[in-house]
Amino acid sequence: MKSDWTSRRFTDLRAGTLAVMDVSDHDESRLRRLFEVMLLVRAFEPEAERQYKAAKIGGYCHLATGQEATHVGAVGAMRDDDVLIAAYRDHGLALARRVDPEAVMAELFGRVDGCAHGRGGSMHLLDVGRNFFGGWGIVGGHLPVATGLALELTRRDERRAVLCELGDGAVNTGAWHESLNLAALWQLPIVFLVVNNVYGMGTHVERASAQPELYKRAAAYRMHGERVDGDDLLAVVEATERRLAAARDERRPSVLEAMTYRYRGHSVADAGLSYRSKDEIEERRSHDPIDRAADALVERDVLRRAELDELRERAEQRVRDAVEFADASAAPHVESLAEHLYGDAASAEQHARMRLGGPFGEAELLASEASRT
Amino acid sequence: MSGENTMTVREALRLALGEELARDERVLVIGEEVGLFEGPYKVTAGLMDRFGEERVRDTPISEEGFVGAAIGAAMGGARPVVEIMTVNFALLAMDQIVNNAAKIHYMFGGEAGCPLVIRTPGGGGNQLTAQHSQSFDAWFAHVPGLKVLSPANPADARGLLKAAIRDDDPVIFLESFPLYNVKGEVDRDDDEIVPIGRAQVVREGSALTIVAHSYGVVRALKAAEQLADDHDVAAEVIDLRSLRPLDMETVAASVRKTNRALCVEEGWASYGVTAEVAARIGNACFDHLDAPVERVGAAGVPLPYAKNLERAALPSDRKIVAAAQRVLEGLG
Repeated sequence: MKSDWTSRRFTDLRAGTLAVMDVSDHDESRLRRLFEVMLLVRAFEPEAERQYKAAKIGGYCHLATGQEATHVGAVGAMRDDDVLIAAYRDHGLALARRVDPEAVMAELFGRVDGCAHGRGGSMHLLDVGRNFFGGWGIVGGHLPVATGLALELTRRDERRAVLCELGDGAVNTGAWHESLNLAALWQLPIVFLVVNNVYGMGTHVERASAQPELYKRAAAYRMHGERVDGDDLLAVVEATERRLAAARDERRPSVLEAMTYRYRGHSVADAGLSYRSKDEIEERRSHDPIDRAADALVERDVLRRAELDELRERAEQRVRDAVEFADASAAPHVESLAEHLYGDAASAEQHARMRLGGPFGEAELLASEASRT
Repeated sequence: MSGENTMTVREALRLALGEELARDERVLVIGEEVGLFEGPYKVTAGLMDRFGEERVRDTPISEEGFVGAAIGAAMGGARPVVEIMTVNFALLAMDQIVNNAAKIHYMFGGEAGCPLVIRTPGGGGNQLTAQHSQSFDAWFAHVPGLKVLSPANPADARGLLKAAIRDDDPVIFLESFPLYNVKGEVDRDDDEIVPIGRAQVVREGSALTIVAHSYGVVRALKAAEQLADDHDVAAEVIDLRSLRPLDMETVAASVRKTNRALCVEEGWASYGVTAEVAARIGNACFDHLDAPVERVGAAGVPLPYAKNLERAALPSDRKIVAAAQRVLEGLG
């Protein structure tokens, strides 16, 4: 059964790209900056894998290598006051949102200086100050939350939009349908960015979705849907900007499907070869999004080819610095185990009468929490 | 007795919602039929007229969607009060409640919060059968990160709902169908909230302690009346009011006085709220107990339709009286 699927030739999912590239209004320094972030992500992810194998990083660790144009282009199209919310393959998105690589790496290391102070790990990066409301770990589970963030923007009557990143696997959850319905019904300022990297874990999108052209599903909710070549940085920026503008200015939500590919397995624990062939991966690597972005930027005189090595080295140095920072950051105190369980200032007082007769050790735990509040 | 201050639990809840909507513009009411229809159980009657469709928002039948949307709005700064029509339908939103709402503050290291209230009624007794008669109090109280409240009278319904709305954490506010029409005194001029995590002795006694919450308190008070009238037994009744945090101080102080305890709940007792309370009494009051702690809850079956079977499955004042007699006899 497995060999049937891995040997089957699927339709070219990149066909049907609708976005028209128009970079005339993108200033050069911005494109350069986005390219540098792509290089940062390309350097960050293999280092995360090395640190995982060195047991500095634990848990799940999902890498975005190969998806840089989608992650960086889409986030790069956002305004600072737009809101980002994402699934769990979130390292590249966080870096694109300009979360410090130090805070990201320290979170992967489970240290106090991590962006979630060692409580979240790889899947739960966030930076509320940069309007990044987190990476979320249950497939599809953050889509309703994203609609709520958009609802809150409308309650405040603010011209801002939510960019909600999700994978191709999430579109078959009930939460997807409920969220699209709410977004369209309430005319919410939101763009559902479907990052179609072809596989939900090891399941090809055509083995999972009866309508594998995922952007077409928007039509069921009278919502705009379109597909963009997710390995084309400029196309992703252009399409995302356009859809965010429609969300922000006209309260028209949409689905934007970015066609891309992950070179690595689903997570670092997956070799990524049982469900796809080496040839397929090599074929995708032969039109790498970073090479394509470099070509496009050189052609536009935004970048000189001679600079590439230096930019790559700079990105790698940035990642080395992040590792050094993470390594030097302290692990959270064990006494802080219950810290952050609740946010209300009265929580310790509310719990003060619960200690009696509780399970072994719980009273001490609550006491340490109370002493900190 | 002022007539204006006598009201049902339903009216007290409506009063609290109206007061909090008026007090804080971040407060929203979201749910199925809460607006035009005026609430499936009329708790939200009149609120859409007063506060508009944006703040009292009707939703499609989409529990996962609108509970999640309320969570997102709360993360963004609103203070939504979601109504889930009955607790049975909360199961459709359990991923949002348990994996999202309960986790946000901790999982994100205190960087994001979720000031959300989910109101939802439960319980049986109207022949609504297996899918519409359940109580999941223990399911919610089991989850760290949630606060779980369950008032048993109009004053607490108002005061606890206001406390829940003003609290910065996700609160599951458990209501009860048979409680909606229960009447009591509410001082309209008193804007005091009822503090979270504080139980209340609602009837004093010396012979045994009956620990209950929500509609179980009404049953326990009836049982205590019968115990006094028919058996000359003075039972003390404690209304937990808050299941998480749980006020064990009040419970233990009572049991150390009476030396006997009976725990009551509307839901299935096995692995239930009564199991938790009984275990804690056993730990905290071991030297004071003159009899094993007894429990009364729903029988371990789906709720049946036939009136006599349903009655047999649910707790009742008669069952509580019988269980109390067992505790008083000290039989294990």
